[in-house]
Amino acid sequence: MLDIIPTRDPAHIRHGSNSGQPLTRRDGALKVTGAARYAADNHPPKMLYAVMAVSSIARGRVVSLDVAAAKRHPGVVEVMTEQNRPALAEDPDAKTNPFMFRYEAMQNDRVRYANQPIAVVIAETLEAATEGAALLAPTYEVEPARTGLDGNESFVPPAVGVGNPSALRHGDVDGALKTSAHAIDVTYETPAQYHNAMEPHGIVAQWDGDKLSIDTPTQGLVMMQARIAGLFGIPPGNVHIRSPFLGGGFGSKGLISGPVVLGLLAAKLVQRPVKLVLRRDQMYGPVGHRSPTRQRLRMATAKDGALTAIDHHAKVASSTFDDFFEPAANASHSLYASPAIAISHEAVRLDNGTPLFMRAPGEAPGSLALECAIDEMALACGMDPLAFRLKNYAEVEPISGRPFSSKALRECYTQGAERFGWAKRPLEPRQMRDENGFLVGWGMGTAIFPALMFAAEARAVVRRDGSATMETGAHDMGQGAWTALAQIAADALALGIDEVEFKAGTSDLPDAGIAGGSAHTATAGSAIHNAGAAVIAKLAELATSDQRSPLFGAGNAGVIARGGRLHRRDDDSRSESYVDILARAGLAEVEARGNGAIDPAAQANYAMQAHGAVFAEVKVDPELGQIRVSRMVGAFAAGRVINPRLVKSQYFGGMIWGISFTLHEEAITDRRSGRIMNANLAEYHVPVNADVPPMEALMIDEHDPYVNPLGIKGVGEIAITGSAGAVANAVWHATGVRVRRFPIRIDDLLKGGDG
Amino acid sequence: MKRFDYVRPNTLTEAISAAAEPGAAYLAGGTNLLDLMKGGIAHPTRLVDVSRLPGLDRIERQADGSWRIGALVRNADLAQDPDFAKAFPAIVEALLSGASGQLRNAATVGGNLLQRTRCSYFYDPASACNKRTVGSGCDAREGDNRLHAILGWSDSCIATHPSDFCVPLTGFDAIVEIAGKNGSREVTVEALHPLPGTTPERDSVLAPGELITALRLPATASTFAGHARYLKVRDRTSYAFALVSAAAGLVIENGTVKEARLALGGIAAKPWRARSAEAMLAGARPERAAFEPAARAALTEAKPSGDNAFKIELAERVIVRALMLAAAGTPDRVPALPASPFSSHAGAALHA
Repeated sequence: MLDIIPTRDPAHIRHGSNSGQPLTRRDGALKVTGAARYAADNHPPKMLYAVMAVSSIARGRVVSLDVAAAKRHPGVVEVMTEQNRPALAEDPDAKTNPFMFRYEAMQNDRVRYANQPIAVVIAETLEAATEGAALLAPTYEVEPARTGLDGNESFVPPAVGVGNPSALRHGDVDGALKTSAHAIDVTYETPAQYHNAMEPHGIVAQWDGDKLSIDTPTQGLVMMQARIAGLFGIPPGNVHIRSPFLGGGFGSKGLISGPVVLGLLAAKLVQRPVKLVLRRDQMYGPVGHRSPTRQRLRMATAKDGALTAIDHHAKVASSTFDDFFEPAANASHSLYASPAIAISHEAVRLDNGTPLFMRAPGEAPGSLALECAIDEMALACGMDPLAFRLKNYAEVEPISGRPFSSKALRECYTQGAERFGWAKRPLEPRQMRDENGFLVGWGMGTAIFPALMFAAEARAVVRRDGSATMETGAHDMGQGAWTALAQIAADALALGIDEVEFKAGTSDLPDAGIAGGSAHTATAGSAIHNAGAAVIAKLAELATSDQRSPLFGAGNAGVIARGGRLHRRDDDSRSESYVDILARAGLAEVEARGNGAIDPAAQANYAMQAHGAVFAEVKVDPELGQIRVSRMVGAFAAGRVINPRLVKSQYFGGMIWGISFTLHEEAITDRRSGRIMNANLAEYHVPVNADVPPMEALMIDEHDPYVNPLGIKGVGEIAITGSAGAVANAVWHATGVRVRRFPIRIDDLLKGGDG
Repeated sequence: MKRFDYVRPNTLTEAISAAAEPGAAYLAGGTNLLDLMKGGIAHPTRLVDVSRLPGLDRIERQADGSWRIGALVRNADLAQDPDFAKAFPAIVEALLSGASGQLRNAATVGGNLLQRTRCSYFYDPASACNKRTVGSGCDAREGDNRLHAILGWSDSCIATHPSDFCVPLTGFDAIVEIAGKNGSREVTVEALHPLPGTTPERDSVLAPGELITALRLPATASTFAGHARYLKVRDRTSYAFALVSAAAGLVIENGTVKEARLALGGIAAKPWRARSAEAMLAGARPERAAFEPAARAALTEAKPSGDNAFKIELAERVIVRALMLAAAGTPDRVPALPASPFSSHAGAALHA
């Protein structure tokens, strides 16, 4: 095996660090005082309001729109339909790479899903545009909607997620399933879910000739800039996007969506600035969702509980016009040791918007099914769920045999279980009651999420006046990028956090990659780290090659940067400040760029995953079936932690998302019309405060020299995995009722109740 | 925008006169009406804003022991009135289990009585709904109807009444005072909401232009104060409509139920008074053995209107629990998580 040399630039060996400190959000005061300017808060002079009219049918054709009625309405300036919308340089249905998704920009009269935009009304006020849209009174030629995982022809998708193989077979699965001591065969269903970021998708667009000025929330500034440039046939440099804050993205703001393009087209059509913001119900269609899944898990073990086979099959749905297949079965790739593992997917096409990345795409529903099945398998073996997981602990990645770059999962299990008090758990269900007679159940799940990296660039400048700047077009979705990346920037430049101006959130900065895959801190952070190192290397070169510098001749010994000074590595008393180095060199500033990207050699040789263990306690009313999570402990190992306060917050968010997945979220589609019947935040349930128990998130130390120079794995999504399964398993342990259709509802538990 | 008149009368007489023309609607807290207007479900041509009418925001205990609550009293204010809470703990529990703190601050007593169903087909203008458009049909019948009615529904409508507040009001014989161009009249809350039959478009017995001005609770209603509870089972711990709820009140003397009150929510187009169950409980010992048959009696007529048979079983269990809680005695303070099964025990913390 290739020996990978861990990269730790000597410039970064320091005493005292910004990283690792639990700083509060640097943008916190802006946000709590309402001063943080989100995209839709921008109102350029002469701005008009655009409102989309959306389809109420899921499949068919728009036959008529009463454009005249809408135009007559006072305040309406223009109605944009397929007839008069400005031309695009690229077909919205073109797809030249797997990251490019088709969308609706009124390219024809076809309706492919409910809530598809079919016209845009542009008016002097939001109210006039809204009423104008209502006056369009569309008529349709309706075709039967294809809904639900059954009754439509299924097929094997060529790939799942983005370019992952849809099937994988390792070892003799069928043989093991037939001959092993214990076996289970269970099927779980998860519903369609919608991202429901608090901030709806929207855009404020302003054209100046062929230059575009845009305010819109995005998780991928430069990717969006390139896509818009292509759509309108203008150079990317002509497109300036501001996205300093996102009110949540969860994957639904990663790619350009039809409504954003319609905002740009509307502004072009009327030659005035236009704002277009989706209504909550309009977010259930054109901006992505999570596919429903039906997952069959077959497992077998030897007498001693050692897994002999895992067969994970997932049926998922995409739209009729594009491909995104929730890679749910891939959850069984890398977690439990088994000599035989099979993973496969099948899919149907439905008349809904294209499903897209939604927090832990694949991992979240896959983990829920896998963790439930693991519990069912443990039960079949008569083993404690934690003991069973430890028995099947993967010391190397099961299919590939690669070692893990780091894996502190055992410590997560140990410390999480200890903190939770797992040892006292009775093996049988329905054994525990609290002092008020509620059934009490304890469940656990293992968390796993790949340590991904994309590509990013950053630019660092240190000036003679003592100031410094670090720039990269990073995205703050609410996770705290403004703070965590600034901490890395300060360390990279060996300065205090308040001595570095950190710039992010606009498209004219170096490409920070996308804020997705829980990879933003690792990716953008690595670029920042390397940009800082490059600047310091330049300063070191200036100093060590200058006879007048106290550092002259230290080229071999090297220097260490600390507190705005370079120190001779072998003689700490000899040092010089950045300011002095630049002044003597007669330079106003020194600038350098750095890149962040995965090391292909490391990636080829190591499996890179973050891990965790989640323990949940639920209480269930024995007669009424109402469920409440009463306690949760998560222990996670995700490499180096830059800001423990923010990381804990991410873990809590993920754990709450897990509660939501298991007990609350479900988009209800009318099977006849294909319309979503609960497209609002009153009836599409997510947990409210009263559903969220006291939680603890333990950060387990993990040193990973291979994932990236900073040793960061990413924390955004991992806590969803494990948590959803832990809650489901706790409900079983409380009641003895194994519910395999999610969310678990009161109806499901009534039949197992006392009454 | 869609144009409508907005008038803000200064007196009750002016209000009634302003609302006399067809297409007029009264506006108070607006927590329901504005949503309906934005969603294209209600299209009033004139809004008569009664929210600032004088004299309708008082909570008064009358000399005869009855209570009179002005129609403009905010839900939150009524729930926070300590004397009212002492007399009508189950009503306060119901109020505090409804909606969210923000909505309760805006919603009014009169408006709550007239809130419209949450049937998702009613809220979807593209669906057929006899309640919204007379004679258009009912897409809920063959649609997603897990939350729909199990009592009193008809082929033309299976929607439920969403109010929590109205459930104990129905149980405790509350009376609604109504003003109209032909003078004043009153009806019981129980009689305020008709069953759908063949006219589901009628949500209440109010004639066009009539205005609820006050709510009265008879003196006898407070005799249940020592044994009065509201229980609401829902899909999440707060901010969700009831799957099934029940208000139970008992007068217990010498270990025997002297009088019982029982009303159900979430199961019919109106808050449902279970009189047969009440009759069975009178004279019985306040214990499970008496509550279970009474619960079954309350649901005798129940039948699923779709994929909701579980609500019948659930309703029976909710009744039994609500009666058990009432029998155990009203807690001194309204518990955290009002009306939740998880608040039902002394000492239950906001976080279980």
